[in-house]
Amino acid sequence: MTADTLFSLAPLVILFPLLGFVFNLVAGRRISERGAGIVASAAVGLAFVIAILQFVALGLDPAGATIHIAEWIAIGELEVDWALQIDTLSVTMLLMVTGVGGLIHIYAIGYMHDDVRFQGDPSRFPRFFVYFSLFMTAMLILVTGNSYLTMFVGWEGVGLSSYLLISFWYEKGENGIGNALAGKKAFIVNRVGDLGFIIAMLITFWFFGTLTFEEVFSEAEAMGAAAVTAATAITLFLFVGAAGKSAQIPLFVWLPDAMAGPTPVSALIHAATMVTAGIYMLVRNAPLLELATVTPNVIAIVGAATALLAASIAVARFDIKRVLAYSTISQLGFMIAAVGIGAYVAAIFHLVAHAFFKALLFLSAGSVIQGVEHGHHHADSAEEDFNPNDMRVMGGLRTRMKVTFWVYLIGALALAGIPPLAGFFSKDEILADASHVNPAVYWVLVLAAFLTAFYMGRQVLMVFFGKPRSKAAEATKESPATMVAPLVALAVLAVGGGLINAPGLLPLTRFLQETLAGIEEPEFIAAIAILTTLLALASIGLAWLLYGRRPIKSRAPDPLQSRLGPVWIAIRHRWWVDEFYDWLIVRRYVSMARWLAEVADERFLHDWVHDRVIALGYVRATHWLASVLDLRFIDRGFDGLGALTRRGASGLGVLQTGYVRNYAAAVFIGLVLVVSYLLLS
Amino acid sequence: MIPGVSMIHILILSGVLFTLGALGVLIRRNAIVMFMSIELMLNAANLAFVGFARSMGALSGQVFVFFVIAVAAAEVAIGLALIVAVYRNRGSIDVDMVSDLKG
Repeated sequence: MTADTLFSLAPLVILFPLLGFVFNLVAGRRISERGAGIVASAAVGLAFVIAILQFVALGLDPAGATIHIAEWIAIGELEVDWALQIDTLSVTMLLMVTGVGGLIHIYAIGYMHDDVRFQGDPSRFPRFFVYFSLFMTAMLILVTGNSYLTMFVGWEGVGLSSYLLISFWYEKGENGIGNALAGKKAFIVNRVGDLGFIIAMLITFWFFGTLTFEEVFSEAEAMGAAAVTAATAITLFLFVGAAGKSAQIPLFVWLPDAMAGPTPVSALIHAATMVTAGIYMLVRNAPLLELATVTPNVIAIVGAATALLAASIAVARFDIKRVLAYSTISQLGFMIAAVGIGAYVAAIFHLVAHAFFKALLFLSAGSVIQGVEHGHHHADSAEEDFNPNDMRVMGGLRTRMKVTFWVYLIGALALAGIPPLAGFFSKDEILADASHVNPAVYWVLVLAAFLTAFYMGRQVLMVFFGKPRSKAAEATKESPATMVAPLVALAVLAVGGGLINAPGLLPLTRFLQETLAGIEEPEFIAAIAILTTLLALASIGLAWLLYGRRPIKSRAPDPLQSRLGPVWIAIRHRWWVDEFYDWLIVRRYVSMARWLAEVADERFLHDWVHDRVIALGYVRATHWLASVLDLRFIDRGFDGLGALTRRGASGLGVLQTGYVRNYAAAVFIGLVLVVSYLLLS
Repeated sequence: MIPGVSMIHILILSGVLFTLGALGVLIRRNAIVMFMSIELMLNAANLAFVGFARSMGALSGQVFVFFVIAVAAAEVAIGLALIVAVYRNRGSIDVDMVSDLKG
């Protein structure tokens, strides 16, 4: 089979999830839960097979291909075709998205089976997989699009499905509206980023006259120095888009709230795939980033700052999923920083490795949460406002959930960067590159890595070690096989994931070199590797000193609280970022909206313009028309006409005597007159 | 052709007859008499036609007279029928009694 035959199969990678979406949308309620889940999983599984075939095809023809599907938009100069770009970069993403996504789908069958029962609405089960398939479709469109516009379609599609899935239990959460608010927040904050993306697209079209990646890049390359300003502007606005989707400063606030969605959603969308779309998009635009002047520095600084800020916040979280959420933001910061310093391969490498171990961590956390929830029901404890996400009610789960504990430990160590797990290699590659390019960024990232190991150590110790701090934790049991099996598979990936770009062999670098021309091979700096490993170990040791040696009591304050003092208060309050935005934007916006509603709309438009000017004016005008114009002029005119007719008629009526002789005389006289006129004239 | 009778005599006779007929229509109230007066006017016209036909030496005037006589016959038939109908309704043939169209 030739490479071209295999490339021509590429549209199927989108088609399968789309069919799954349509099928579950139409028939999801009529088939069993397991059926709906299997259809969605099989769709992703088939997409994964297609992705592997694309990988094989790239082995035959590394240059890749553009698969034209249809003419999409043709307005004047703007011509956008719907086409798929199959190259090493997009196929790397395809493999990751469909592979990890497939495992999460299988896990979700087991997880959602229990979740819909805990939440009390089993009929919502198929809807979950409808949304999941919709997400996969959009994500694959995003990854394969060969132009900014097709990518944007996927970009918006994943945003939509993210919104739908965050507020999946829209009637639950704080005050019965918390989940809906979280979904809304994610959607609106993402819109801010999307605006950046749109502006970038407009500039691109205005400057280059095309929206296709290849054409833009080749033109930018041909123009050279003339395109520097445009490239800078475009990449800056693209970065705004990436900051929204990939949760970077200043648009990261939505991601922690997005944990309101069911845990498989957190794993698939808010850890492994969708949030990495920003990094993928920036790497895709590497040729422009290479041209741009200011942007790479901005990206590197923002990424590093986000990595540190989010890591510091994660230290003070008690919600098991929130720790992972801030950890995700922090790791995305690593990737963004890698893009900023030009280490595109390292960014993609960390993206893939992170997808493995963060999906693993989230899914394991889901397993833990559901275990505790089961325990809560089993123990029949009457604790009010019991929160199964709270690490303070856990503890001692090591012996109760053996498999979950081990895979969680693997994920945590991979994230902490302990060799030889995946996170060690990928994070080290970023740090090694940063140490050459930008020492400030390097040290910030090292500090963030130190905090990473600390908060993961803290989490593992709080959740799995010590003694159970609640009856629910005591009664916790291991999760079913559909949930555990994907965990084990992901754990294997988290252990071996580092091999995809292992130092010395660098298969991923070689692979991506086909697409990202001119990238350098990263060097493995032993000193940095040893430093970060030691730091991670020290950090975990520190966590053990604080949380492991004497496990915290159920209601006792966190041991850091007294030691850190004001810093603890700051990180406990997430550096008041949400409060700041609330004060700066939300409150201004609400008061502006209120002013618009009460003054501009109610008083001005409604009371004055509408009631006084239009309604009253209309009443007056019609009153004048009715009483003056109509009654005095028009009515009188017609009355007069009527009277005139009546009088004229009664006058003429006199002539009608009814006597034949009179008529005869009239005829006769008339005849005489006519004849005499004719004769005389 | 009677000697001494010229065109002018015929026209004078025709005019006198016509005037008598017209006055009869206008003055008399009896429907039958009015009818007879109309006949008088028609025949005055016939007389003029014949007179002209003779003096002009053309036959068309005489042809017209036949038409007029035929029309008059038809008219009499309808007119008398009307008069009979009026008499049955009103018990009189005084035309002044039939003044329902007075305005």
